[in-house]
Amino acid sequence: MIAIINYGIGNLLSVQNMLIKAGVRDVVITDDSSMIAQADKIILPGVGHFDYGMRKLKASACFDILTRKALDEKVPILGICLGAQLLTNGSEEGTEKGLGWIDAETIGFQADKFEESLPVPHMGWSEVSFSDHPLFYGMYDTPRFYFVHSFILQPKHESDVMCTSTYGYSFASGIARHNIYGVQFHPEKSHKFGLKLLDNFSKI
Amino acid sequence: MRRIRVIPVLLIHETGLVKSVKFKNYQYVGDPINAVKIFNEKEVDEICILNISNSKQKRSPDIERVAQIVSEAFMPVAYGGCITTIDQAEKLFYNGVEKVVLNNSAVQNPGLITELAKRYGSQAVVASIDYKSTFFGNSSVYILNATQNAKKSPVDFAREMESRGAGEILLNSIERDGTYAGYDTGMVAKIHNAVSIPIIACGGAGSVQHFKDAVKAGASAVAAGSMFVFQRPHNAVLISYPPYQQLTDTLKI
Repeated sequence: MIAIINYGIGNLLSVQNMLIKAGVRDVVITDDSSMIAQADKIILPGVGHFDYGMRKLKASACFDILTRKALDEKVPILGICLGAQLLTNGSEEGTEKGLGWIDAETIGFQADKFEESLPVPHMGWSEVSFSDHPLFYGMYDTPRFYFVHSFILQPKHESDVMCTSTYGYSFASGIARHNIYGVQFHPEKSHKFGLKLLDNFSKI
Repeated sequence: MRRIRVIPVLLIHETGLVKSVKFKNYQYVGDPINAVKIFNEKEVDEICILNISNSKQKRSPDIERVAQIVSEAFMPVAYGGCITTIDQAEKLFYNGVEKVVLNNSAVQNPGLITELAKRYGSQAVVASIDYKSTFFGNSSVYILNATQNAKKSPVDFAREMESRGAGEILLNSIERDGTYAGYDTGMVAKIHNAVSIPIIACGGAGSVQHFKDAVKAGASAVAAGSMFVFQRPHNAVLISYPPYQQLTDTLKI
């Protein structure tokens, strides 16, 4: 069963809809600890401000079980957008500590270092180059995904970069370490590319 | 890589999909869910769904109906149509809408833009500006499907929207709506000079070349209705969208 964590932030139904389209039957949106305890995969979605998201997550009833599933049971966990940023040690957007499940920081786009003048937030479709990772098995050629963000993931270790994209400069659009994955883009809104990625996640 | 988004605008009137000419003469296009499914197959960048019968009748969004439509949309969705409260926006977001579009509310209650931007981020809030020329040769913002002059200049209003927290401007020329005559690039350029948030040009698109013209004038995204739902010359209903490669080749920057 895939549990989509409902901590009161983000559009959860889109993620569920895409998983159902991928043929996943057993998917629930929940903050119920006993439900999450049974999950064999977990999705942590989210949009919005880092501190707001982190506070909501820490205050939610399922925070302890979520931590246990991630760190002790090591079930696959996919963070999406803000959900991915929460996996890092912290963000320049706020002062709250992140989950720190991947040794990475969330930092703002440095528009002054862009190779050309571009607006921030980065809103729209960008191509994604990926390394050999199960989430990208059988991916279509030149995959593109939908992004909306002002902050980016910056892993400490090159080996934790799962995929990259370019907006102004190249950045890690996905990070992964063991059972923990995070993508900055929105697979649930990225047509067949996102469908493939979520389908892959459901089969890990 | 193409960064310019190309966005079909779907107008919902009562329960069906329609397309207008100059905000009048609605022609029935079909069922919204069916249209969304076709746009999925065509892998469109984003869709914008506007309920144009809500505002005049002061009817709040039918969340369940929107949820049905959005559940079929595997691309980003912007929704507008008499959104007047945070609570409505909250429900729309929960159901899979990425952005709310405010038109009448942007004029009547601009504070709502700020509240929404604070809670959900500016990227989730689109200020829709419908405008046309007045008797005196100036342009003015109109609301309620172009029936009421809001007595505001589009440039000033765009600035106000940006300062209130809107993340994008949907700039819609009433006079060009449904005409295939090309975008009002003069106004796109004026708004582009006045604000730094992205502008979605709308009204008048008839070809991919028109997209290019709007981009040159400063648009970050282009929207079209008729071009994507009709086949000319007789405006037979046929949902279409230019192939990805054509858009990439034409709109590469």
